[in-house]
Amino acid sequence: MSTELNLGPLLFHWPVEQKRDFYFRIADEAEVDTVYLGEVVCGKRAPFFEDQYAEVTKRLTDGGKKVVLSTLSEVMIDKDRQLVSRMVETKGALIEANDASALWHLEGRAHRIGPYVNVYNEKSMAWLAGKGAEHFCLNPELPKSAVLELAQQAQTLGVGVEVQVFGRISLALSARCYHARAHDRVKDNCQFVCEESPDGMELDTVDGDAFLAVNGIQTLSHPYVNLMQEMPEMAQAGVSAFRLSPHDCDMVKVCRLFGGVSSGRLSPDEGIHGLQEAGIAASFCNGFSHGVDGYRWVANS
Amino acid sequence: MNDLTRPELVCPAGTPASLRAAVDAGADAVYCGFQNATNARNFAGLNFTPDELAEGAEYAGQKGAKLLLAINSFPPAGKFDLWRQAVDTGVQTGVDAIIVADMGVADYVRTRWPEQRLHLSVQAGASSAEAIRFYCQEFDIKRVVLPRILTVAEIKAIHDEIPCEIEAFVFGNIGMMAEGRCSLTNYVTGVSTNMDGVCSPAGRVEYKEDTQKNLTTRLGDFTVDCFACGENAGYPTICKGRYLTEDRREPYYAFEEPVSLNLTSLLPDLMKAGVTALKIEGRQRSRAYVKSVVGAFRKAVDDLMAGRPPELTELLNLTEGNKQTEGAFGGKRWR
Amino acid sequence: MSAAMAGNFVHSFLSSRQAQYLPKKLLSPIPLSPLQPLLQRMLKAVVEANPGIFNRLGMHRTKRFLIDPVNMPFVLLLVPDPENLTIKAVRRSENPSHDARIAGTFLILLDMIDGNLDGDALFFSRDLIIEGDTEAVVCLRNAMDDLEGSVADDIAGVLGKPGELTLTALRKIRLYDE
Repeated sequence: MSTELNLGPLLFHWPVEQKRDFYFRIADEAEVDTVYLGEVVCGKRAPFFEDQYAEVTKRLTDGGKKVVLSTLSEVMIDKDRQLVSRMVETKGALIEANDASALWHLEGRAHRIGPYVNVYNEKSMAWLAGKGAEHFCLNPELPKSAVLELAQQAQTLGVGVEVQVFGRISLALSARCYHARAHDRVKDNCQFVCEESPDGMELDTVDGDAFLAVNGIQTLSHPYVNLMQEMPEMAQAGVSAFRLSPHDCDMVKVCRLFGGVSSGRLSPDEGIHGLQEAGIAASFCNGFSHGVDGYRWVANS
Repeated sequence: MNDLTRPELVCPAGTPASLRAAVDAGADAVYCGFQNATNARNFAGLNFTPDELAEGAEYAGQKGAKLLLAINSFPPAGKFDLWRQAVDTGVQTGVDAIIVADMGVADYVRTRWPEQRLHLSVQAGASSAEAIRFYCQEFDIKRVVLPRILTVAEIKAIHDEIPCEIEAFVFGNIGMMAEGRCSLTNYVTGVSTNMDGVCSPAGRVEYKEDTQKNLTTRLGDFTVDCFACGENAGYPTICKGRYLTEDRREPYYAFEEPVSLNLTSLLPDLMKAGVTALKIEGRQRSRAYVKSVVGAFRKAVDDLMAGRPPELTELLNLTEGNKQTEGAFGGKRWR
Repeated sequence: MSAAMAGNFVHSFLSSRQAQYLPKKLLSPIPLSPLQPLLQRMLKAVVEANPGIFNRLGMHRTKRFLIDPVNMPFVLLLVPDPENLTIKAVRRSENPSHDARIAGTFLILLDMIDGNLDGDALFFSRDLIIEGDTEAVVCLRNAMDDLEGSVADDIAGVLGKPGELTLTALRKIRLYDE
């Protein structure tokens, strides 16, 4: 069985037209199996795209893609709570839960577990599977050793395991909006300044080293994770899907390259070389997978 | 007298000496952890051996204080046994409650030790009524420790919708990121806050003071801050560091400045909002800190309960950067 | 008095006002060699009273800690290794090799060892300087913080009557400043 290639939820706040056109192109041209839709970072952004979901979903389904709805990762105020309960109530939708409040609403229903729900070990996975979870996208800080153990457990349980292999890594969530803060505003008065950063607002250290990227309440890695080298081993161990996190670059090409490595048509080296030419304005990292500093790049020996 | 419910003062202990200091200073409950990755303050030289925990339980018990055991990190696949052992030892020691975050650990306690009282750690990041209800329903959680991101009004609203007690932080270090959902330390040190129980491990922290007495703080390979001579310093954490953006070419505190939470003046509001346990942060701090802070809060709570205006003891000297804030509790402008 | 309030008085050096409470001898240039056996005895007294300290120190027990009372003419080199317990007074100019350095005024260091001041707070206010192996320092701090009672009293006990007088004088300075 070949490993699925999936497109994770778009983490950034793009203008509505750009976002819609992006998904149309993915629907028409990208070789991916599942597309995750939904605002997972900031509830304030959600209303902008609300009336586009029906059309985008139809186009994606027509293009042969499965659509899954990802819930908000940090749920706090009433509007957040309503957002989650409304999404879960969407008729016929398959839901990826990103916090425990979604799990509350999903009781008794088959669902997926997103990377923002902490599933670090076999016990948590088995317990959630017993509650109806049938697919787990793992936390990106898990080392490969743990991923391989979980993949094995997943096969026993008959559930899917997904690992993010491309894009900036979510490192932290907060109640405070750091995009707003950078512009001397607060979250309630943010004026959606995050729209200015289609891949996040880059933070450098005082020494001038590229360090992090801010995306509203979310803090991301500066480098993009790239697990092309690790994909074959993970697939062999039973990882059933690879996740690409969308960025403002030629994502159709990114999908093609990862699909190539996943199917064996491209070697990891060829894939990495191709990515370097795809116009990504940051370096790559894979440290978490190797159990070292997450920002590092470990070359396969 | 007044109609307030007497809150439980929950105090930190990083060592047996701190535990005794906390109990002697008037703690109603003390929380602590083992000397390993099973808790979120896994620092060198800190925490309890099983024997020390048993002695601590006895000392606390004699003075009428409860002992809470934090087993609030997330065991990675293949290492669950260490957490299982911690739970078994804790239960056999007779701790009054175990503070958990991981669903697997919670499930293990519920299955193996159905009578054991469970609290939901702040590391579980349950920040809405539904999330809390989920944990209560599934694991019979008796008390939730709320994340430090809610206003008093929001806490009140949550209180009305959940079936368990509420514990809220009132003093100490205030991390800026949602608890249990931060991999920043792992990103620069290879040590995970969730899996290893360490935020900014000292082994990867480097301080350097130059001849002008400017202090540079590095974590792993990155400079997180540089304090001018005489400028108050903070913890060497990424979320309290200064950085640059394309628009901001002067270093600024992108997340938060070095500051500590101090809710002394909000105590009556918190109590009216339904908070029944007041938590003091600081298992990594000295017994001098424990003695001062616990003593001050003991007095403030007793004053409030007796209908006296609480005398607010000055705790500023113990705060990070010598600055204090009411954080999110004071209102939405903080976000 | 509270330890929190004690944090207030800290200045980089002893003022002349403070110095008048110190026995003259302590401020005059000290020949260091007679100090050696005394220091060794003090350290021995502390660890004998608190054998558990080595468990907390773990792997850091063999580290060389340079304890630097910045307003004194000497520094102390400490190796808290039960197999080879060492404490040495060395002139600052000799700059002995070490794994970690802990620096502050004599009173700050004394108060911290005594469990009256919080190390983190002293670091925040820049009254305490830490360099080198940060983890070793944190570990030593945590291990020493678990020592019950007053370490300064243990030390003073070794010194006998003059030690007690010195300690009383030092504590008077503390009180005076509060």
